[in-house]
Amino acid sequence: MITIVDYQMGNLRSVQKAIEKVGGEAKISSDPAEIASAEKLVLPGVGAFGDAMAEIRRRDLASPIIDFVDSGRPFLGICLGLQLLFERGLEHGEHEGLGILAGDVVRFDLPSNFKVPHMGWNTVTKKAPTGDANPLTEGIENDSHFYFVHSYYVRPTDPSVVALTCDYGGPFCAAIRRGNVIATQFHPEKSQDNGLKLLASFNGMTMNAEASV
Amino acid sequence: MLAARVIPCLDVFQGRVVKGTNFVNLRDAGDPVEVARRYEAEGADELVFLDITASHEERDIILDVVRRTAEQVFMPLTVGGGVRTVEDVRALLSAGCDKVSINSAACTDPDFVRRAADRFGSQCIVVNIDPKRIIKDGKEVWEVHINGGRKPTGLMAVEWAKEIERLGAGEIVLTCMDADGTRDGYDIEITSAVSEAVSIPVVASGGAGSPQHMVEAIRDGKADAALAASIFHFGQFTIAETKQAMREAGIAVRL
Repeated sequence: MITIVDYQMGNLRSVQKAIEKVGGEAKISSDPAEIASAEKLVLPGVGAFGDAMAEIRRRDLASPIIDFVDSGRPFLGICLGLQLLFERGLEHGEHEGLGILAGDVVRFDLPSNFKVPHMGWNTVTKKAPTGDANPLTEGIENDSHFYFVHSYYVRPTDPSVVALTCDYGGPFCAAIRRGNVIATQFHPEKSQDNGLKLLASFNGMTMNAEASV
Repeated sequence: MLAARVIPCLDVFQGRVVKGTNFVNLRDAGDPVEVARRYEAEGADELVFLDITASHEERDIILDVVRRTAEQVFMPLTVGGGVRTVEDVRALLSAGCDKVSINSAACTDPDFVRRAADRFGSQCIVVNIDPKRIIKDGKEVWEVHINGGRKPTGLMAVEWAKEIERLGAGEIVLTCMDADGTRDGYDIEITSAVSEAVSIPVVASGGAGSPQHMVEAIRDGKADAALAASIFHFGQFTIAETKQAMREAGIAVRL
């Protein structure tokens, strides 16, 4: 069973339906105890960084999410759910994130011919595999398309967590992987077959095989 | 490389896809979920449902269509038509659509765009702009119209597009009324003027009659996506054929 964190930011139902489509079971929850005891956790999200962190704190969800990640169980962040893992978001001021990964979330600063938000289907490139198989290396080919919609991107302090990059006026981090933690800037639930493949692979992740930070 | 998007638009009337001309002689063209699935299989990059029911009493019907579609189709879905309040936006997003398209209400209550973008994020707020070429004081202007092109607003397309961006919209769908329904091609001049004036994505709409027109919208009109209804509905061209033509013209597409 996959638990999807509900903090009123985003299309939880699409994520749930996509997981069900690939044969998984998913429930939506905003209950700190349920989140802390989840088997696998998905942190989805669209919207603004500051509002999202305020909602997470208001619902007392920050500690359960951080504890879950520390426990080594499989975790998937999507879009804003990737950005929130970092220390600092610079969207409408400076906001403290969950601090699970070191680094910032910054706005695209590009020549005027690059539209922001970065919206649509773009291709990803795999970084050198880190050894073991994971949902970001299994079944994803270089140059496969995923659906992105975002104006901010993550800049990890430790480049070795970057699993996939994407190019939009220069390369940026499209997905990270650190042990049991996987997170994508794109929306697998909106990326047709490529996205469903990733979700199927996450659904198949087990705790022990991946808990290796 | 970011792909130029090809977006089929479906008119939905009382829960069914319809084909027709100017809202008359509507013909039933199937269940929206089935049509959405077919377009997904053909390679559509996104899908737009335009609810032409337009009566508030029938809002629940489109919400049900969105719910059923989002269960089976895993690509971005935009819904427009009769979106007037923050509550309308919330209901559509929680039913499972990804972006909500605001048309007349943006002109009559611009602050609604700001409220919706503040609450739900710019990425899901699309504003439709429908300009028409009008002669005013001996000079041509591109005046924004509402109510299907019947009502002038006094707003000028390029300035209005900049204002929409400032209010927080994440995307513009630009339907040039003089070209709409002609199948003679998009209005490239207005499209490129608007696209170059703003830094948010612009979807060209109105006038598509062939894959070549979509090439022109992207290449010459500087649009980020091309929307079309009739050329796909009537089976004249498939989405795959259209994308092939775009690729041959040197445009990055997702095949």
